[in-house]
Amino acid sequence: MKIGFYPGCSLKGSSREYNESVVAIAKALDIELVEIKDWNCCGATAAHSMNEELSLSLPARILALAEAQGLKEVVVPCAACYNRLMVTQHELKDDNKRGRVTDIIKMSYSGDLKIINVLQMLETYAMDKIQAKVTKPFAHKVACYYGCLLIRPHKILQFDRVEDPQSMDTMIKLIGGNPIDWAFKTECCGAGFSVSRTDLVAKLSGNILQDAADRSAEAIIVACPMCQSNLDMRRGAINETLSKPSDIPVLFITQAIGLALGVSPKELGLERHFVTVKL
Amino acid sequence: MSKIGVFICHCGENISATVDCERVAQEIRKVEGVEYAIDYKYMCSDPGQTLIKDAIREHHLDGVVVGSCSPRMHEPTFRKACAEAGLNPFLCEMANLREHCSWVHEKGEATTEKAFDLVKMLVEKVKRNKPLDSIKVPITKKALVIGGGIAGIQASLDIANTGHQVILIEKDPSIGGHMSQLSETFPTLDCSQCILTPRMVEVAQHPNITLYTYAELDSLEGFIGNFTAKIRLKAKSVDHKKCTGCGACFQKCPQKRIPSEFNAGLGNRTAIYVPFPQAVPNKPVIDREHCNYYKRGKCKICEATCPTGAIEWDKEDEIITEQVGAIVVTTGFNVKGADFFPEYGYGKYKDVLTGLQFERLASASGPTLGEIRRPSDGTIPKKIVFIACAGSRDPAKGIPYCSKICCMYTAKHAMLYQHKVHDGESTVFYMDIRAGGKNYEEFVRRAIEEDHVNYVRGRVARVYEKDGKLIVKGVDTLLSGQQVEIEADMVVLATAGVSNCGAEQLAQKMHISYDPYHFFAEAHPKLKPVETNTAGIFLAGACQAPKDIPETVGMASGAAVKVAGLFSNNELVREPLIAVVNRCAPPQFSTCVGCFMCQTACPYNAIEREEIKGRDGKVIKTVAKVNPGLCQGCGTCVAFCRSKSIDIQGYSNEQMFAEVMSLLNH
Amino acid sequence: MENNNKISGDLLLHTSVDVARCYQCGKCTAGCVLASEMNFPPSYLMRLLQTGTEENYERILRSNTIWLCLNCENCLGRCPMEIDIPKVMDYLREQSLNSNKLHPDAKPIVSFHKSFLDSIKYTGRLYEVGLIAGFKARSFRLTQDLKLAPKMYLNGKLNLMPEMIKDRKGIGEIFAKTIDNPKTKHK
Repeated sequence: MKIGFYPGCSLKGSSREYNESVVAIAKALDIELVEIKDWNCCGATAAHSMNEELSLSLPARILALAEAQGLKEVVVPCAACYNRLMVTQHELKDDNKRGRVTDIIKMSYSGDLKIINVLQMLETYAMDKIQAKVTKPFAHKVACYYGCLLIRPHKILQFDRVEDPQSMDTMIKLIGGNPIDWAFKTECCGAGFSVSRTDLVAKLSGNILQDAADRSAEAIIVACPMCQSNLDMRRGAINETLSKPSDIPVLFITQAIGLALGVSPKELGLERHFVTVKL
Repeated sequence: MSKIGVFICHCGENISATVDCERVAQEIRKVEGVEYAIDYKYMCSDPGQTLIKDAIREHHLDGVVVGSCSPRMHEPTFRKACAEAGLNPFLCEMANLREHCSWVHEKGEATTEKAFDLVKMLVEKVKRNKPLDSIKVPITKKALVIGGGIAGIQASLDIANTGHQVILIEKDPSIGGHMSQLSETFPTLDCSQCILTPRMVEVAQHPNITLYTYAELDSLEGFIGNFTAKIRLKAKSVDHKKCTGCGACFQKCPQKRIPSEFNAGLGNRTAIYVPFPQAVPNKPVIDREHCNYYKRGKCKICEATCPTGAIEWDKEDEIITEQVGAIVVTTGFNVKGADFFPEYGYGKYKDVLTGLQFERLASASGPTLGEIRRPSDGTIPKKIVFIACAGSRDPAKGIPYCSKICCMYTAKHAMLYQHKVHDGESTVFYMDIRAGGKNYEEFVRRAIEEDHVNYVRGRVARVYEKDGKLIVKGVDTLLSGQQVEIEADMVVLATAGVSNCGAEQLAQKMHISYDPYHFFAEAHPKLKPVETNTAGIFLAGACQAPKDIPETVGMASGAAVKVAGLFSNNELVREPLIAVVNRCAPPQFSTCVGCFMCQTACPYNAIEREEIKGRDGKVIKTVAKVNPGLCQGCGTCVAFCRSKSIDIQGYSNEQMFAEVMSLLNH
Repeated sequence: MENNNKISGDLLLHTSVDVARCYQCGKCTAGCVLASEMNFPPSYLMRLLQTGTEENYERILRSNTIWLCLNCENCLGRCPMEIDIPKVMDYLREQSLNSNKLHPDAKPIVSFHKSFLDSIKYTGRLYEVGLIAGFKARSFRLTQDLKLAPKMYLNGKLNLMPEMIKDRKGIGEIFAKTIDNPKTKHK
């Protein structure tokens, strides 16, 4: 089956392994990803913090491009991009806003595109296939970390539940893993402060890692490039705030599934991580 | 020739501000049949009524039209005035010039014209009115009380003590309700069961009260003074006439791990059980859903143990029919469980409890015999956090109202804990303290000043478990929003009070109104708290809204007095605005052909068959007959009748057409 | 009844948030991960807005609270009155920027956002090297993260050349009509 695909800037750069793993498991599960042509950055945190119209126009252009390309459904693996696209689609239901934004982007926009995240894509199209194709059960005790943007605001995203979400946990169980019940599933990792306030990222991500470590998790599973980057790339800074440095690796959910399906670690980009993935 | 008197009321300014009352009176005087017309400032007042009475006598009026407010306000007033002047009260009609005219239109020519039209319509109608007599219906002087908590118990005792019979039904195996689950009551810290059980026993022993436990209302028909209630007596599987309450059976029952409803899920009970030691009646029932015999055909140990052979395996539910004159609904309320709260663990943490569960821990008859212990490991908690407003005042969770009793019972819980665990630390996270009753404020101050309960103003964002402790993330808004984190051993949520399960279905069975939260609706929020919009059905207690015990008892006694008032008459007077099948001279006797479409159509089962017999006793024809006691005057039969043989007295077809024609011929 | 206060009136118009609905329960603050770092936490900010005074509004715009807020949305997720605090924060940020009332702590954060947006304006997609260069130039943090760069490059995560989209003109126009439009500052 075919589905539209919006990688976003992180998947092309600092979270390249997320892209690789998404592509790898899509191939294994017979899902053809059709990338939106000439897509632009969604604006992420910077746009909505600085100017509302910009923050709506950039995603609107992406949605308009997808529509023009004839795509009906688009999967957005990056949680931040997913959030921005969904929020924009919701805000543009208001006639005034839609009028202003379509004027700005000078493209036609209907708002009918179905936007899903990578977990929804797997839940809708691949659950039986995954179950059937597991060759190396992912027999590990892991902490599923959802972060903020995948789940909230619930009114707009309508995905999973706001406290103690379960979609990744279910996925992990499906591939033979053991997801733990822990306390920091949805507490923010420090988001876009990776560069401007690394100290805050170290503190917030540190709390997350500490709880996972206290509960003997072997790995943390994520579905957001920012979370992965904060927990992985910034491990040095985090370890300075912990009483005991932690070497718990941080994997994308698609990487975990890939491993269970027998895809090689290299193809899944596991060698690009800062914290060595030895599972 | 008619001689009708028309009286136009100014209603102070309510009507005269937009309608030219003087002109309406002048114009109506010109209509054929109107003998006398006048306008006056307050027709319902004493001088106003005197005007009507004097006019009736002086001008020998045979009909009266009062152009004033809604008949729902003053129809009885004006009819009584007419009766006092010797005119049959049903020859008096009201034209609604207020709610239907002056209150909904602007001042102007059109409004005055409409007022005139309305009065003229009623004049045409009254020309065709016939004198009628009120119908007198006997009253069954027996009350039905639904729900055996403190409200039902109080209402039953009060009605029974006036000398009338009461049937009290309770769906659980014992009466007592939530009050029997409490350990102590605020603000006196009286032992709840000690003050309740004497009343429970009184109910069981009262000669005027018939108590049916494990029973529910199956259906209700009829009307005030004349209800027919079908009550389902659920099969107890134990013959209470043979059972002595010795208790041998439940000691031997092998099914011991059924969560006890009385202990709010904290303790267990057996399949054959008495809910608590002071239950009334103190005889067991078998829970067929969990009993080995009913599930798998095995066991029967209770039967073997029973010394009097009281077990009845094959007993079915029984439906009994009772005629009652009034009903008091006292079905009480429920509380939300811990699983309702995502941020407090969705019910997965054993040591996060509801207020009701904490009552059971504190109660001497509870699962821990009154010791406060953690359900997870049985240890005594050294730090407890109480969270007020858990679910209440929370539009996001669908419960915007305040549950009224939680501030008080939270203070009580914290005090009980401090009394039982002297070195314990309790913290209450609150938003406001609602302590409006007598001695309530002093009670809360006692908790803070004498028992050293820590009150922190702020809510709790989340609770999670780590290393056997519950981490509570709260805030102190009085310290400019300083975050407060507590590692507690136990968390007690003052969960929202909600309507009891099955409230909606019960309301629909009885045809009483309820609000969006399924609390039953009172007839008027200020002045009629114990009545419903359905005549003859009264309310008391928490089924109407969450409330404390003194208010509940007050309401129950109030409802009882309404019932006693109703029963103090020998007959109920009903308006004669009912359907009647016509009669004429032989050989026709009636234009009714006996098709009985009306009987099929009637929603109140008010139509019967009547045989018209000749002198030789042979049946000539069978026609329809309306039971004046049951007919509500809805008119459905009139619409159905193909031979136009049935009509409503006081609202006949002829009268209706006359009104419409008067409007069209304006 | 009409609300006569300009501050809460404008806020209602642009964010649909009615500050009167906040009953100061503090649940937002209780769950806010960065409340302890802020000048004042979210529930306090709501109270300042409720007073409606210019003085308190100035305090808000000049605070670091609005810039430290991560828009993690935990507050909105738990608020019993469903008050959209993240949206209020976005609105206040724009107000603070347009009226030049930035808290000193906010400067590096704003510099980062500006560098991010600059990078997109010219290429259509995020050019990380450009972003970091721009940020360092604005914030003078020349040696920050120098150790990370080589490892990022070796892991294949750092593109030395930017990815340029075709319709760069279209992106430029979007910027010109929104954030770079002098007429839309100060709404």
